[in-house]
Amino acid sequence: MKLKSISIAVAAALVTASAGALADPARQAILDGYAAKAGTKPSPERGKAFFLAAHGGGKPETASCTSCHGQDPRSAGRTRAGKAIEPMAVSVMPGRFTDPAKVEKWFGRNCNTVLGRACTDAEKADFIAFMASQ
Amino acid sequence: MRTSRLRSVLWPASAALTSAGIVLAVGALMAPRAVAEGGAPFAVVTDKTVQTECGACHMAYPPGMLPTRSWQAIMGKLDDHFGENAALDAKTTKHITDYLIANAADAGGGSARRLRGVASDQTPLRITEMPWWIREHRGEVSPSAFKDPRVKSKANCVACHRGAAKGYFGDD
Ligand code: HEC
Ligand code: HEC
Ligand code: HEC
Repeated sequence: MKLKSISIAVAAALVTASAGALADPARQAILDGYAAKAGTKPSPERGKAFFLAAHGGGKPETASCTSCHGQDPRSAGRTRAGKAIEPMAVSVMPGRFTDPAKVEKWFGRNCNTVLGRACTDAEKADFIAFMASQ
Repeated sequence: MRTSRLRSVLWPASAALTSAGIVLAVGALMAPRAVAEGGAPFAVVTDKTVQTECGACHMAYPPGMLPTRSWQAIMGKLDDHFGENAALDAKTTKHITDYLIANAADAGGGSARRLRGVASDQTPLRITEMPWWIREHRGEVSPSAFKDPRVKSKANCVACHRGAAKGYFGDD
């Protein structure tokens, strides 16, 4: 009886903790900021399509976000120089997309490399919404 | 002895690399030695900013591996960095440049020996193009080893040198 109530308490704590991680206020603020500027509601589905798509305009050897981040956001990716990149999925890496300067720096670099242009605010919001759902 | 060291540095890719016909066969039969037994280590990057910014896409290379002018040239065009955009704001760029220069092969904790074979009007942009690097790997590593999917690139030192992050690359 005692054991059961403890395990329920632990389970409840875990649920709260993971829900808390997903709704990290810093990440939410970044997401809301992009969504407000874009004037659209972030869409995980559009984010997924964007992540998986082969884009033109950038470097041919890195035509997709998946060239470095891999097909599965929950698994590690790899840079061109062979170094592992920790997963992008927020469920695996709760610290993802919580530092605005870091997020902007990498969108700036990687969108340029993959698309040959900056990502739009809508694309950034969709991308983060997708990774937060993973 | 070199081969036994090789076995230890190539873990965990040793099995695959052996079958790819690289120098490991003998080493595989010998007891692996601890990486830390190697020779004089390179001074590793101790600056937090350099570690983070220059260690995101590959290991943060020891500054003593290239001369001052090479670091200046690399840091002067980060927006076109070996085909990638590694640009940073001006303040961070200066901080990193100062650190790399202070610890370059021809300064600080470096060794002028590393500049042998480089003409004074040459500015190598790659460690892997430095004569010392080519010398150390010629005959020791088959060219196909660098193309092995687990290695992927000559620039992926860590794939073969397990102690690289601590500055250990060999046993001289
Ligand atoms: C050439 C390799 C490469 C490609 C292609 C690439 N990335 Fe990245 N990306 C990286 C690396 C390396 C990091 C930083 C490593 C880390 O944070 O673990 C990173 C980090 C990021 C971050 C920051 C994550 C955080 O924790 O804040 C975002 C956002 C990002 N990438 C978005 C994208 C998008 C969108 C695309 C496709 C348009 C893309 N990347 C394509 C290599 C790449
Ligand atoms: C956005 C990813 C990225 C970042 C950040 C980055 N690099 Fe690189 N770097 C690369 C790539 C890609 C290569 C080429 C790798 C290859 O040829 O396999 C490279 C290669 C190098 C090389 C040559 C390696 C060789 O072949 O000998 C040096 C030196 C170097 N980088 C220094 C730096 C310094 C210093 C910084 C920090 C200011 C830095 N890098 C940050 C992506 C990056
Ligand atoms: C495919 C595997 C491989 C890669 C990748 C690789 N090396 Fe090596 N390296 C070797 C082998 C094998 C030797 C010779 C055996 C030994 O001394 O460990 C060696 C020797 C060396 C030595 C001489 C060590 C000594 O004191 O004898 C240095 C320094 C070194 N490598 C640095 C690097 C750096 C820096 C990089 C990345 C830019 C790199 N290596 C990438 C396999 C590799």
